[in-house]
Amino acid sequence: MTEPLPIRLTVNGAPVRRFVEPRLSLADFLRQDLGLTGTHLGCEMGACGACLVRLDGRAVHACLTLAVQADGGTVETVEGLTEAGTLADLQAAFHARNALQCGYCTPGMLVAAQDYLAQDGAPSREAIRDALSGNYCRCTGYEAIVDAIAEVARARRAGRQA
Amino acid sequence: MSPSSDSPHRAPGGYIGAALPRPGAKRLLQGRGRYTDDIVLPRMLHAAFLRSPYAHARLLALRIEAALALPGVRRVLTGADFEGICAPWTGTLGHFAGMKSSPQRPLATGKVVWAGQPVAMVLAESRAEAEDALEAIEAEFEELDPVVDPEAALAQGAALIDEALGDNLIFRTRIESGSPDSAFAGAETVEAEFRFGRHTAVTLEPRTILADYDPGEERLTVHQSTQTPYQFQDLYARHFGLAESRVRVVAPDVGGSFGMKLHLYHEDMAVVGASLLTGRPVKFAADRIESFLSDIHARDHRVRARLAVAPDGTLRGIEVEDLTGVGPFSAYPRTSAVEGNQVVRLIGAPYRIADYRADLRVVAQTKTQMSQYRAVGHPIACAVTERLVDLAAERVGLDPFEIRRRNYVTQDMYPHTTASGYRFERLSLETCLEQLHALMDYPALRAEQAALRARGVHRGIGLATYVEITNPSPAFYGVGGAHIAAQDGCVLKLTPSGEVQCLISVTEQGQGTEAIMGQIVAEGLGIRREAVRVITGDTDVTPSGGATWACRGAGIGGETALQASRKLRRRVLEIAGAILQAAPDALALRDGQILGPEGTARMSLGDLATLVAFRSDLLPPGIAPDLTVAHHHAPRGYPFAFSNGIHGSLVEVDAETGLVRILRHWVVEDCGRIINPLLVDEQIRGGVVQGLGAAFFEECRYDERGQLLNGSLADYLVPMACEMPDIVIRHVETPTRDSDLGAKGVGEAGTAAASGAALNAVNDALRPFGAALAQLPMTPERILRALGTV
Ligand code: FES
Ligand code: FES
Repeated sequence: MTEPLPIRLTVNGAPVRRFVEPRLSLADFLRQDLGLTGTHLGCEMGACGACLVRLDGRAVHACLTLAVQADGGTVETVEGLTEAGTLADLQAAFHARNALQCGYCTPGMLVAAQDYLAQDGAPSREAIRDALSGNYCRCTGYEAIVDAIAEVARARRAGRQA
Repeated sequence: MSPSSDSPHRAPGGYIGAALPRPGAKRLLQGRGRYTDDIVLPRMLHAAFLRSPYAHARLLALRIEAALALPGVRRVLTGADFEGICAPWTGTLGHFAGMKSSPQRPLATGKVVWAGQPVAMVLAESRAEAEDALEAIEAEFEELDPVVDPEAALAQGAALIDEALGDNLIFRTRIESGSPDSAFAGAETVEAEFRFGRHTAVTLEPRTILADYDPGEERLTVHQSTQTPYQFQDLYARHFGLAESRVRVVAPDVGGSFGMKLHLYHEDMAVVGASLLTGRPVKFAADRIESFLSDIHARDHRVRARLAVAPDGTLRGIEVEDLTGVGPFSAYPRTSAVEGNQVVRLIGAPYRIADYRADLRVVAQTKTQMSQYRAVGHPIACAVTERLVDLAAERVGLDPFEIRRRNYVTQDMYPHTTASGYRFERLSLETCLEQLHALMDYPALRAEQAALRARGVHRGIGLATYVEITNPSPAFYGVGGAHIAAQDGCVLKLTPSGEVQCLISVTEQGQGTEAIMGQIVAEGLGIRREAVRVITGDTDVTPSGGATWACRGAGIGGETALQASRKLRRRVLEIAGAILQAAPDALALRDGQILGPEGTARMSLGDLATLVAFRSDLLPPGIAPDLTVAHHHAPRGYPFAFSNGIHGSLVEVDAETGLVRILRHWVVEDCGRIINPLLVDEQIRGGVVQGLGAAFFEECRYDERGQLLNGSLADYLVPMACEMPDIVIRHVETPTRDSDLGAKGVGEAGTAAASGAALNAVNDALRPFGAALAQLPMTPERILRALGTV
């Protein structure tokens, strides 16, 4: 039952092969086996959103996903998304607006925001607040995060129209 | 909403007062934060704890053999293993006369006193293996009567948490000033009985510690998610009998703390002890349920209070009784009595009330320990006072703004001493009140409220004034015998290329300590902000000091940095004067250039530093090549610097469901000199959200056996983005004259008054129903109860 199983996946663009215990979560796999500590654990039950990563292009909770479930898939973490430049405008807006304090929620916030903006390009503040209802931040008052995401939505829209 | 503009007191071209983003935040945005759990050491063991399932029980036996035999398991430790290596700790302070509390040990021996108390510890090669082994430990308990309700804890015949203490009352204090009896004689009286639930910090990063004892050098290095590394250095050295100079505590990135990560926890001592016993690094990271069961809880007060008011609205006197339950013992080293003590000393503080009587009782119960959390005591004192003031306004027919205006301590009264003995240098209560009135567009809001009421929409407007204790002097802990520093230290090193390293004892948990220290040093010295690198949180590297708690970082740490930068500037100009053959006083340092008397650049700081480092032979005789300065600063003058301000809250109550929508929240605050308004605003907003959490959502609920019922983030409600309003902030600046910088604290300002304003707002909405509420959190059920519908 707990014998390690082989998995093959792509993480941040690079092929990865490992043996993992079936019970190992994707979050623990990324953090412990691959040293990708940008993915954070706040609740380990899908409530706080700190562990969000992209699996095959969709945001998933790495705490609720088993590493073996990612077998054959493509995973992108905040580290990979940063290197690819995918989050650059969001990161710049978060920085300018101080939309983070301790930074623990931040990777999950960025992944959630990226995922959401791909679905709704012209969101209202209320819609952004709603979309963040799976992401806890205990330090900021959320407002700066909403500001930053709204700003990026505006800029991306303008960029598309230009 | 755009970030607020720069501070009005900002010097032109200066950095103090500028709304600059934090340099350190970029790293965190890229997922390059390094939190304690990210650190991995060779031969590291992982710890997991077996915890008591009972709130109160005798521990009869622990059988560990089966656990020891499991794969990956290296040691299983019980209470006895720590005897002789770890001196017990007791959470009392000398200046709290008569206070008593039980001695604590890393793991329970003999008796457990809360559900979740650690009784055994497994050390294994992985956390998963350590957790597997917990299931193989056989623990035998004999359950005892739990002590849950604070009143019942004091009743005759109540089970005793510690027989040796004689009863469960661990601290009591009374304040009496003026003549409360005559204030109440014949006066109108309003009164209420308040209940404030327990809640907890829920830092998103749980508590984590990694201890590494090197027997070869007899050196202990502890990486720990804490806000107070020097305090832990002292505790580990003293309680484990180690030389202080060989204990190093490093606080890397810290994922939130809010006062929760400065108390000593049993697991901390067990992890350090385990590393000493095994000679290997040992890591423990609490999971979320462990956080709920063992992080300190906060508040838990029952307060009866009454206020005497004259027909013209003059507030005459206050009488208050506070009963607070703090768990099985008082937390160490700050004690769990500080919270209640601050409640009874802050009640009524903004008002001209000389006739005051307060009685505080602090009781032990078999629940998680309760102690300091963001805005210690303030939200309780603020909600009680401000609710009573609103009741008084209603009684005499005054508007809530007007009754406050009539009763605040006024500008001609400073310095002012409150009935409980706090001394205010100067506050700006009336100015803040006027600004809030304008900011809310109060008359329009009232008109809208009336119009909506006619249509069955029930909105409420609430105010709450706060006075915040900041920049604490040694009177806070030091005089009570605790090794908690009121001073801070800063070392500035000019590097050979002319940049500056700033090593400072105040610490960073995301609030922006490093950012503002960089701004202060850059302005104080006269160099570019980018040329300053700030380093915090390592007792081997930074000078010792109090670190970050009770809103002292900007006020005390900032002044330390400012004075250090002036010292370094003097040193630089002395050397420059010798080189340039000019009087140092005639030179200036601006933008990294040394300017001559006529204001022209004579030499760059970089050239000077390079010359001093590598060509000291060129220095005139008698000029030493030292470009490192140290400065320490402790507050003198007033024992505390008080910040102040006022909140406004607008809510809409659905009388059918009891659900509340928080529509808007306003804050006008005065924290003295503002170093960085961008960071101040986000501190306040974060604090408001924690205060609104306490007002509407957060509560640690227990059953009658002392079991925590909601120990997960699915059951315990933390405010989310969609439930929070936009928060409008304005600043008033009244710098303290006790320092050159003039800064006071602001970290608790949001939390201090948000729940009080919300309480008044909900009660304002309920007024047409003749209903009122005096319990937090204001859950839908409690609102419906107040309305009499359930
Ligand atoms: S850790 Fe995955 S959602 Fe909280
Ligand atoms: S910044 Fe600390 S949890 Fe969001």
